Amino acid sequence: MDKPLSEQARLSNDLPDSRVLAIEARGLVKRFEGTLAVDGVDLSVPEGAIYGILGPNGAGKTTTLRMLLGIIDPDEGVRRVFGNERPHDIARLIGYLPEERGLYPSMKCDEAIGFLGALRGLALAEGKRRGRELLEKHGLGYAADRQIRQLSKGMAQTVQLLGTLVHKPRLVVLDEPFSGLDAINQGKLEQMIRDLAAEGTTVIFSTHVIAHAERLCEGVAIIAGGKVPYAGSVDTARDRIPAQVRLETRSRGGRWRDALPADTRAEGDYWLFSLPESGVEPLLRALIEGEAGIQSLSIERAGLHDAFVHIAGEAAALALEEDKRMENGQ
Amino acid sequence: MTDGPDFSHARLPLWRAAFVIARRDFGAVLFSKAFLFFLLGPIFFLAISGGAGLLGAKAAESQQNPALALVLDTAQSDAFVAAHRRLSNLTRLPDIVVPVAGESNDPRALLEDDKRNIAAVLTGSLAAPKLIGPEDRIERWKGNVALIAASARGDTLNYPDVALESTATSVANKRSANAAIATASLTLLFMLTMLLAGMVLSNLVEEKGNKIIEVLAAAIPMDAVFVGKLFAMLAISFVGIALWGSVAGALLFLGRDAIESVPTPSVGWPLFALLFLVYFAMAYLLIGSIFLAVGSLAPTVRDVQTISMPATILQLLIFFLATYAITDTGSPIEIAAVIFPLSSPYAMLGRAAQEPALWPHLVAIAWQILATALFVRAGANLFRKRVMKSGPQGAKRNWKPFWKKAA
Repeated sequence: MDKPLSEQARLSNDLPDSRVLAIEARGLVKRFEGTLAVDGVDLSVPEGAIYGILGPNGAGKTTTLRMLLGIIDPDEGVRRVFGNERPHDIARLIGYLPEERGLYPSMKCDEAIGFLGALRGLALAEGKRRGRELLEKHGLGYAADRQIRQLSKGMAQTVQLLGTLVHKPRLVVLDEPFSGLDAINQGKLEQMIRDLAAEGTTVIFSTHVIAHAERLCEGVAIIAGGKVPYAGSVDTARDRIPAQVRLETRSRGGRWRDALPADTRAEGDYWLFSLPESGVEPLLRALIEGEAGIQSLSIERAGLHDAFVHIAGEAAALALEEDKRMENGQ
Repeated sequence: MTDGPDFSHARLPLWRAAFVIARRDFGAVLFSKAFLFFLLGPIFFLAISGGAGLLGAKAAESQQNPALALVLDTAQSDAFVAAHRRLSNLTRLPDIVVPVAGESNDPRALLEDDKRNIAAVLTGSLAAPKLIGPEDRIERWKGNVALIAASARGDTLNYPDVALESTATSVANKRSANAAIATASLTLLFMLTMLLAGMVLSNLVEEKGNKIIEVLAAAIPMDAVFVGKLFAMLAISFVGIALWGSVAGALLFLGRDAIESVPTPSVGWPLFALLFLVYFAMAYLLIGSIFLAVGSLAPTVRDVQTISMPATILQLLIFFLATYAITDTGSPIEIAAVIFPLSSPYAMLGRAAQEPALWPHLVAIAWQILATALFVRAGANLFRKRVMKSGPQGAKRNWKPFWKKAA
């Protein structure tokens, strides 16, 4: 007999805890006119977590999010949001910021936020009132009566984000939320995401910028070519690569060099190698006894970028870099 | 206690979700320039509908010739019929009806007999003929009647004077007028529907341009989006109709003496007006749901215009089918037009002008509501299956080389 979906999702996603799942998906498949856009995606996102879907453009991030939200149905597989297989049935609990931002240009800011709240079940008047409060809180109170067409792109994006949050959702889904924002606004958005999680809101976002996921996320799904080769905690992803040892010695030769691991490479005055499974102590002993003259030694844990390259491959990492360059170029 | 969220009232009912969309669209269109053009539209529509009504009346006449009934003694009646036969080879004359024994000879009863298409009655004698019927008709026919009467008497040099006695109307005139009402109202219905369907399509195009469609699709079912959009535009049209109706009502009140001779549709004016509104709503909802589905399927705004072309042609075909069908109530083609959902509102409005029975309208309206629901559902499903395919244009990447490398 099959295990319950949540249990399978936990196993496949390497979850470290037993919190209630906000999102669980298993074997999601989506084809568009014969092309496999998403190929067997498994995910589990615990309530209150910040979770990232990391991958280059065209990898299947948006399609996965759209399936999770019920905008489109998967061809195969099961998805549950707060245990519910029909996300529209719990629309009031969800907030969604799509990658392609869009608001009615003739609407005023508070009206736009109120309208987005009304779509999620909030009374229009209450939505507008909260909209004004949110605008005030985020330094845009002066623009409450301005039409969307009169705003800068960044301001309009902020208004849409506030509209995503106005009904106080329990789950916030953000598709490439940092795209198009300058560094200052990216920082503000990161803080908003942290604040949401601190209040117990689950946040799931897609990104092709590893740094955002690394700074924010408790868990990530790495997606490339519609497949998810890794889904789980950021720590576990980083632990997939052994820590790197950076050693500086006075002496450049001697018998102590036989003690260095096989993958050691020289880089300037430094020796770089993976931390041996037996730990650093036996090596230290050999270096001291061999009079290598240790100048410095540091053990550096692998970053998410290294983990991404390790898990998804060099090509996916290059694609990710290319997307970042293109966005910066734009 | 569970840590899960409270699911009570976690979803907007379909009607409320549709209302949120309709409220936004209604406000946006009502205060737009498009609404001003919408208000001006009927000036052109009325002119076109009036012209079409006259054509409809002509078409009705040619479909079933109005006849002249003879109430003369047998000998004179036979002579008139023989002369009519002789002369009809030379010129176009009205058909002749001779009441058989036992039938009423009362001219007014003959004019009101809706089993036959009698337009006027000839009585008196061949030397002193008297023509009874609607004024415009007997004025037109008196020359022909004098010619035939002279021929029947064998004295083609002395035409008798034809006395005229006008009546309010006749069955033939009523039929002709009802056909005119049917054609005019059908044309008005078509014009309004076409304008509205175009507006609802523009509205959706705007939505695609604003890229807000995904926000809507994520929050509420697409059925609600479609229903909301359709009803918003319907409400807009009712605002327009209320305004036009007020103006028309005022004009009719001022010219009430002149309109006393305006014929009455078979179901009566109040019911006809109500049915016009209902069939207008149904015709618009049916074609509007198709336009919405077409509009939502188009990947770009430019494609919307290309893809909507077949829908526009379909609309025109439906109009021609219904216009053709109303001249022959009960014929197979008319029944087909009544049954086919898209032409049904037009064909049934034509019936309302010409046939008094009410039950077919109830059946037809129920059928049209069902068809609208099916169209909306099919359009929403198509949208979900075929539209939300990927992220922004150009985001596609060929992954085959990547997986080869990774392997």
